[in-house]
Amino acid sequence: MEDSAGVLGLLKIVYTIYVFAVMSLMLWFAKGVSNPKGKPRIVKPATFYMYVGLLISIGVSIHIFTFNKIPWVETDFKRHTIEKDPSFDKSKQLFNIVTQNQKFILPVDRLNRDGQLEIECGKYIVFDVESKDLTYGFGLFRQDNSMVSQMQVVPGSRNDLMWQFNKNGTYHIQSTEYSGPKGGRHMKLTNAVVVKGCDKDDTRSMIGGK
Amino acid sequence: MSFINTLINGVDGGLKANGLTPMQKLTLRAVIFGVLYFGLAVLEGELMRVNAVSPGLFAEEHYFSIMTVHPIVGIFGSTYLIVFGAFTFLVPYLMKKPLYSIKLANWTWIAIAGGTLVSWLGGAIFHYAPLYTLYWPLPVDFEQFNPIGGFVFVLGIAIIMLGTLGFIYNIFATVFYTEEGHKKRPFKPLILSALGIDGMLNIWYKITGREPYAKEPAVSLPVVAIFRGTIDTLLDAIVILTCGVLILVYIVGDMSGASLDYTSINALLYKNFFWWGLDLIADGLVLIYVAGTWYLLAMLITGKKLFMQNIARAALLLELIVSWMVWSHHLLGDQGQPNLMKLLSGEMVTAFELVTQGIAIFITLVTLWSAKPLEMDNRLKFLLAGMFGFMIAVPAAILQADMGLNRILHNTQWIIFTHVHTAILIGLTMTLYAAIYTLWPILTNGVKLYSQKLATFHFWAHLIGALGMSFFMGMSAMDGALRRYIYVDGEYNLFMIMAALCGLLIMAAWLVFLINVVMSIGVKGLLGVYTPAKLDTKDLVPAENA
Repeated sequence: MEDSAGVLGLLKIVYTIYVFAVMSLMLWFAKGVSNPKGKPRIVKPATFYMYVGLLISIGVSIHIFTFNKIPWVETDFKRHTIEKDPSFDKSKQLFNIVTQNQKFILPVDRLNRDGQLEIECGKYIVFDVESKDLTYGFGLFRQDNSMVSQMQVVPGSRNDLMWQFNKNGTYHIQSTEYSGPKGGRHMKLTNAVVVKGCDKDDTRSMIGGK
Repeated sequence: MSFINTLINGVDGGLKANGLTPMQKLTLRAVIFGVLYFGLAVLEGELMRVNAVSPGLFAEEHYFSIMTVHPIVGIFGSTYLIVFGAFTFLVPYLMKKPLYSIKLANWTWIAIAGGTLVSWLGGAIFHYAPLYTLYWPLPVDFEQFNPIGGFVFVLGIAIIMLGTLGFIYNIFATVFYTEEGHKKRPFKPLILSALGIDGMLNIWYKITGREPYAKEPAVSLPVVAIFRGTIDTLLDAIVILTCGVLILVYIVGDMSGASLDYTSINALLYKNFFWWGLDLIADGLVLIYVAGTWYLLAMLITGKKLFMQNIARAALLLELIVSWMVWSHHLLGDQGQPNLMKLLSGEMVTAFELVTQGIAIFITLVTLWSAKPLEMDNRLKFLLAGMFGFMIAVPAAILQADMGLNRILHNTQWIIFTHVHTAILIGLTMTLYAAIYTLWPILTNGVKLYSQKLATFHFWAHLIGALGMSFFMGMSAMDGALRRYIYVDGEYNLFMIMAALCGLLIMAAWLVFLINVVMSIGVKGLLGVYTPAKLDTKDLVPAENA
């Protein structure tokens, strides 16, 4: 699970299996509870306590599993420490972006010749987005519209998303939060971010599929 | 002729409105409006689904105003009216004493139904569209919205909340007051029982080898759930009213030419406050009321006591406390929110909802199983479907309330369909239908259902439609579909078409249910519900049916 596509792919499979399992359980229960054959069974309290223990274990282990398997969770927790590290080069790794009047304003001095934010593979990158008026969202999307990552952009707060790109690709920036009908579907910067220098390509993020 | 006759007079003479008590009438009035508002919410939802297939059906400001009023109509206009109507009847029914005030209960449903209409007009006429989340300062962005529209919308919400306060007062007063001719009811055992503390004490006394604290609790378990849920309803009403007043102050300021500076309000702090209150609906009163309704239905269907009663009482108290501490899961995408709050409130405490809801499901299923064989009637069918809805919706919520997954799920269609619409359309609504079918003979004095075939169609069409819509929209979310965005270039088109077809099935189910109800009670009976009651009694049902 090295990127969001892998995580979402796994989630799709696991959750679908779960839904079918619950559906089967309820169909079995409905059939059994209305079946005149067989006697009602008394459930022991011990069964109940084991079940509660199982629920607690599942609830906790979901978070432990994702903490260990989803790479950006740890990054998120440590982002301020990483940023303070001497190896963190703000001139290359920090991008200050502004949102105002339902528009993204990219730092002009940081754009390449194609008007894109160019990102070096494997480096921790911080998108520091400041809202001058409303609450917005900041999302990175692949060429096939699938989501890479997102955060909320709240006025008066620091909105800093740290991300590590390990595959080459070209990404769109799009608001993931509603900011009125003027924002609606208009807050999108196509091909605004490009990642270079990796060994692997993000096949879903290559322009024209290449 | 026979069809017309049945339509006007109902099955076997239909509903005899003159034979209804004031309590039966007020309950039916609220529930009927609730069902009608549900139809409006379904229609709005379907319009949005069709717009997703064929973008441009509505102007953008119109589309987002539909999206703004849709949850207001669905939650307050429909669910609040049905739930409050039913609980206003059930609390005195279960406590075997009259409702504290029938007059107040009538004003309650009128305020909620009227307030919903006013709020809806704010969206329909003026296209006020800050969405239900009201993220600051969008509700006071008068470059995008007409302040008069904002005034009408917020006024409607305020009226709904005043009606809600009326309901809360009536429920609390009914639990505690001593009716005429009855010896004084002491406060302490009632409050201990209503909060479920007696259940906890019973467990503690058992562990320490003593006799139970209360062999016969002063308040029955479903009333405990209603009481607990109503505490969240109160807190939620206070928060929503406070935010409403704040928005109104800015609106009045703008209209009077003295615009106020919106940066005076810290947007993140406001978001925390608003979500704390709003989440008391989703993760508070809905879950608690639903658990209480399951317990009640299980006891009524089986005629047995509930499995692990004391645990169920204690779990309801735990659920109440959990509901006060989980709001941060709505702010996992907010980088300004402290990580500790995200971890504790957003992830860990939220995960307890899996436990509390899981306990309610287990207890209900075991209680039903202990009384097998049961007839698979409408009550049981809808109850099982309702539990199924929460069994798939709650884990979806726990998954999105994870810091890793939230980063790629927040504000996608997963949130609003895989979780919210599954919980509301399958979990909540099918539980409410189970309650309606259970209360039907009590509230109508035994009116026969027009057609069981129509009831069966209603069940399957609603279930398949709601499940299908949640599935297809959830699949689009996996591919990045956002929930508050209009896609115009055919993205996710197959999923959108399938979801719209499923929406049509939900509409058909509602229509068939409505036809079945009207044909059963007759138009005469339906109109008679809204005429003054002929019986002058505080009794819940006529003496001959008691």
